[in-house]
Amino acid sequence: MIRITIDGKTTNVREGTTIWEAAQQAGVEIPVLCHDPRLRPVGVCRVCVVELGDGRIAPACVRTCEPDMAVRTATERIEQHRAMLLRLLLAEHPLPCDAGRIGSCELERLGQRYGLVDQDGRVADPVLRRLRGLFLTARPKDLTSPVISVDHSACILCDRCIRACDEVQCNDVIGRSGKGHGTQIAFDLDVPMGNSSCVACGECAQACPTGALMDKTLTQIDGSIHRLEVIPSVCPYCGVGCTVDYLKDADRIVAARGRRGPGSDGRLCVKGRYGWDYTLHPHRLRVPLIRKEAYYPKRPLTTASSGGGKPSRHPLANPVPDYERALEAFREATWDEALDLIAERLAEIKKRHGSSALAGFGSAKCSNEEAYLFQKFIRAVLGTNNVDHCTRLCHASSVAALLECIGSGAVTNVYRDVERSDLILVTGSNTIENHPVAATFFKQAARRGKKLLVVDPRRPRLADYATWYCQILPGSDVAFYNALMHVIIRDELYDREFVRRRTEAFEALEATVQHYPPERAAGLCGIAPELIEEIARAIGRARAMLIFWGMGISQHTHGTDNARCLISLCLLTGNVGRPGTGLHPLRGQNNVQGASDAGLIPMVYPDYQPVGNEEVRRKFETAWGVSLDPKPGLTVVEIMNAAHEGAIKGMLMMGENPFLSDPNVNKVREALANLDFLAVQDIFLTETAEFADVVLPSASFFEKTGTYTNTDRRVQLGRPVLPPPGQARPDWEILTELFNRMGYSCSYSGPEEIFLEFAALTRSYRGLTYEALGTDGKVWPVPEPDSPEQPVLFADRFPTGSGRGRFVPCHYAPPAELPDAEFPLVLNTGRVLVHWHTGTMTRRSEPLDALCPEPYVEINPADALALDIETGMQVQVSSRRGSIVLKAIVTDRVPQRSVFIPFHFREAAANLLTIDALDPYGKIPEYKFCAVRVEPLGTRDE
Amino acid sequence: MSEQTSTGRYLTEAMRQKLNELAPRYPTKQALTLPALHLVQDRYRCIPPEAIVEIAEFLELAPAQVLDTMTFYGSFFRTPDAPLGQFRIWVCRSLPCSLCGGEELLHKVCHRFGVEPGGTSQDGKVTVEPAECLGACELAPCVWVNGEVVKVTTDADLDQLYERLQAGAIGESAQ
Repeated sequence: MIRITIDGKTTNVREGTTIWEAAQQAGVEIPVLCHDPRLRPVGVCRVCVVELGDGRIAPACVRTCEPDMAVRTATERIEQHRAMLLRLLLAEHPLPCDAGRIGSCELERLGQRYGLVDQDGRVADPVLRRLRGLFLTARPKDLTSPVISVDHSACILCDRCIRACDEVQCNDVIGRSGKGHGTQIAFDLDVPMGNSSCVACGECAQACPTGALMDKTLTQIDGSIHRLEVIPSVCPYCGVGCTVDYLKDADRIVAARGRRGPGSDGRLCVKGRYGWDYTLHPHRLRVPLIRKEAYYPKRPLTTASSGGGKPSRHPLANPVPDYERALEAFREATWDEALDLIAERLAEIKKRHGSSALAGFGSAKCSNEEAYLFQKFIRAVLGTNNVDHCTRLCHASSVAALLECIGSGAVTNVYRDVERSDLILVTGSNTIENHPVAATFFKQAARRGKKLLVVDPRRPRLADYATWYCQILPGSDVAFYNALMHVIIRDELYDREFVRRRTEAFEALEATVQHYPPERAAGLCGIAPELIEEIARAIGRARAMLIFWGMGISQHTHGTDNARCLISLCLLTGNVGRPGTGLHPLRGQNNVQGASDAGLIPMVYPDYQPVGNEEVRRKFETAWGVSLDPKPGLTVVEIMNAAHEGAIKGMLMMGENPFLSDPNVNKVREALANLDFLAVQDIFLTETAEFADVVLPSASFFEKTGTYTNTDRRVQLGRPVLPPPGQARPDWEILTELFNRMGYSCSYSGPEEIFLEFAALTRSYRGLTYEALGTDGKVWPVPEPDSPEQPVLFADRFPTGSGRGRFVPCHYAPPAELPDAEFPLVLNTGRVLVHWHTGTMTRRSEPLDALCPEPYVEINPADALALDIETGMQVQVSSRRGSIVLKAIVTDRVPQRSVFIPFHFREAAANLLTIDALDPYGKIPEYKFCAVRVEPLGTRDE
Repeated sequence: MSEQTSTGRYLTEAMRQKLNELAPRYPTKQALTLPALHLVQDRYRCIPPEAIVEIAEFLELAPAQVLDTMTFYGSFFRTPDAPLGQFRIWVCRSLPCSLCGGEELLHKVCHRFGVEPGGTSQDGKVTVEPAECLGACELAPCVWVNGEVVKVTTDADLDQLYERLQAGAIGESAQ
């Protein structure tokens, strides 16, 4: 520790602390412009200068403390220096700039403090007036980005945006151009921001101290930013669960800001920062709807080519279902009428066909409270375990493998622990687009010298940061990982002690992987034997390895096998239970983890307690006061198949849109039309709701209280920002109404009471309350209120019967539908950065829709050449199940003989093509592999 | 002028090899930015934007970082819309050269080659630019032509410079 004195106050600081940081600790404020505690200090603005004991002047943000330093922060000389620096900066600054107009320009605020500018933003200093006469030059604004306004005149070249882009998001889009008076910030090769490689994360706008880079929405507000209400909440999109402060003006959100916290550390991506406007879209459902008699028998009410809800900029674009047309099929109803009808029809089906003719889909977009209540409704009131949700479509196979091998389906470590790893393996995950903020930590780790191994058949952008990138052949994961383990065992690089003490069935693994020498595996996975050897050795020697995976692993008919291999690799090398190690299946939706924890799974009650276990079942029967079905229910695709065959007759759908999200959607459409009764609770009239008998308007994420559990197992509280539109109500309230109308009397004072009921039935959540969650949330398990947080699990034992982790070896098996002469290419599906799943939300967000307005298919240059296809051309992609027309993009991101289509777009629904073949364990469909054919249509979309 | 090489790339194999040879001299790859820009500009007489991207890729930098460095030397690196002539003449205007008639020399040189200061002759042969200091005060007033420093005091000196340039017998490559 170093002792220093700041303005007469003595304080002790750690070595390496800067004077500015020490002053913060001592409660002394030193003004800064170029400094932001999240960024590397650069000391370019000099506003933070302080006087040292010997009269020397030093910038406090970069100068580190030395023993017995005596710092004076506000001597007359210092204040004169600061005033002069501010004059020079203000000499070229518009008064007010866009930020100054709403009171958020840090430069203008300092100018006011030093008496250079008055409260109305007028020049109040003669020297400044003269300087402005000499230097003030207007530069045009750059408004090309859909979300950020760029005003070079307001820029003070503090470098904060450059460091935010480079160091925090690792995107390196911003630099400087020119020198001297002509210097300005530049995007890529000094092109307009909207034409650059900028991904619109807005980190630069959050970092900018002036109005040089600003959220466009903030440039449009009236009055001061300080009058806006700030509501601490979380992001509604992906499983990273970033902490967000929403800025609210009257009844609308005007901006979102990353809030520093233990997870996302204040970072956001384009969806979280700019994608909240869907909640105010005119298509929001406002009243309960009942289908008109004339619209039976059921069929889709809109078609993909009938024109969208707004003028189409692209010949084929139809961003959202034709709301007006779909609405014609329904009449408005009162809540009582709609709820009574649902209760009556569900009861009737139950009576006539039995509970097993009913089913429910919950959603990983709803809160834990709603997920819990939904499964309770299906189980306790409808009397069936036929309850599932979209997790089935993303990580069911991962969870199956994790439960089988280590006894727990959640991540064993949090994503930020990459800071303590020395090797990071990311496989089957396009992290930069699908978990953008988690990816920033991976990129940073790679830049700090940690080894990053990226394995994926379609080259993800993360590969640009990787030590090794392996473009394995689609569907060959098992062969690749078996080969790595083969080398690790052959060269005795595995953790013998860990294998002996903590695992079982090592011999079985050894026997299986011996069939995968690198030379043989190379033939199956397309990676050179030498590279396999090199990587295997690096993994074997790594001190701490963390493995992340996504849908590229799980969404296969052998998805469970893929995950088993990753788990085996971790167990083999002793990479579980220590800092910087672990298994982390990156969760997709904001509440995938929570919806599963809350029991939206046909085989288990909340906290993964099996429905087939009599003791468990009795516990829930006692808690809920009813007898429960001991038979596990059907999964998502099985339910759709049963509906198709007529075995399932009635369904309740809360926030799910299987019409677009499920594989082989033609069959899904038939199944939905075949239902005797379908009730849908949603925020929009989704494609699925077009088949509904009753549609109930729900409150959106922004209009309700609830907890959401992110990919790290972090339980976080979402707080209401806006009132629900019209008569819309939160899903938990709707469910409570249904409980009561179907003879199960219940009432809750609010979401927290539901949370406490749910938590009490679990071990993982038992110790939690809303108060304990605060604004940072808590990582489960929290069995007792005072349990310490455990980001790293399983330090000593696994929650299996024997306490050991189990190797489950697997052999390589080909995918369900291999390419042939008729369908020669492999289709891979996935998401893009700016869109979310079925597009219900993001395609109704103006900035997000502007950034990616239309569907496309990526095709390798060699295949494009052979088929005479160029970028921009319309092509038809067909599989055995259907065909779609969309724009081609020729890129070598996809390997030869393979194409990629994002599945967000209704007008070219990728899931018309995909196959509904299932993984036998996880029951997850093979979204990542089916055979297709691509044909040029000869028209170019210019 | 800014034509690409047969491989479709501006940064040729030879240039890449040269940069690899230079690498051990520098602490980081980023420090090779200036040598790389020089190689490209020497060959193409300007820095095409595509070349910036190629340099960035080769040095594992972002294009914005290369642009940042490049535009700091704004008087030095040429864009494709204002490429350098085959010969680049710098006329020194440091204090010693100015005292010996440097300013006048700049105008004479411009007049002789028919260009404005900073401009390039219509045939693309010569670019004439003022320079801050060539570090050759003993030769004042002097000019620098493609790496060779020449003292030019009399009209005869200028004639000789003109003829050598026409014959291509000047500059580092001619020596």
